[in-house]
Amino acid sequence: MTAPVTIRIQESDFDVAQEIAALSEGRTDVGAVVTFSGICRGTEGGDAIAALTLEHYPGMAEAEIRRYAEEVTSRWPLQGLTVIHRFGRITPGQNIVLVVTASQHRQAAFEAASFLMDYLKTSAPFWKQEESAKGKGWVEAQAHDDAAVARWTKP
Amino acid sequence: MKVKYFAWVRERIGKAEEIIEPPEGVRTVDDLIAWLSARDETYAYAFEKRRVIRAAIDHAHVKPEAAIAGAREIAFFPPMTGG
Repeated sequence: MTAPVTIRIQESDFDVAQEIAALSEGRTDVGAVVTFSGICRGTEGGDAIAALTLEHYPGMAEAEIRRYAEEVTSRWPLQGLTVIHRFGRITPGQNIVLVVTASQHRQAAFEAASFLMDYLKTSAPFWKQEESAKGKGWVEAQAHDDAAVARWTKP
Repeated sequence: MKVKYFAWVRERIGKAEEIIEPPEGVRTVDDLIAWLSARDETYAYAFEKRRVIRAAIDHAHVKPEAAIAGAREIAFFPPMTGG
């Protein structure tokens, strides 16, 4: 049995409680739900950020996340998985990304969510542009994100 | 084939997508970057940091040595910064 997977790439906000309920409400087989919310910070390296604008590659963004979602559901015993990634202009305090994993036990739910976020950051075709007092600039990829992905590679 | 550009690659080239017809000798993603870069300065500027440019063929990541034969859509972009 494969877990139901929901992937949405959208401009609008999402409701975390509603997404948790969609995976666990009315079920007695789910023992653990882990959520990760990525939120737009108001500062970066000491500079105030006015907003982030997320560009994405329509079609590939969903396809790429689906490939990793399939790997996740084959590696961990999940009962449900939801990934929502927003695009467009997002101001500090607003949601950017959501991963929800449901499983019988917490370890699978934690690990699956962590794995997905590590891959999302380095492989999903999204690009952030920051707006600050200095103007607009593209966010540079971080080496520590690549290192985070590498730890999931099987020896 | 259709080519798409994203983020600062798109900004440097000055367009989001275009239809191109590379000659037969252009066989790999790397060949295509070299061919585009030779076209004019905007492409050369977009692809100047060649090692950081990522590519996808038909919505899947590929390496520079990947063959482009049969590709419907090729995309070029900087390292991803989503999540």
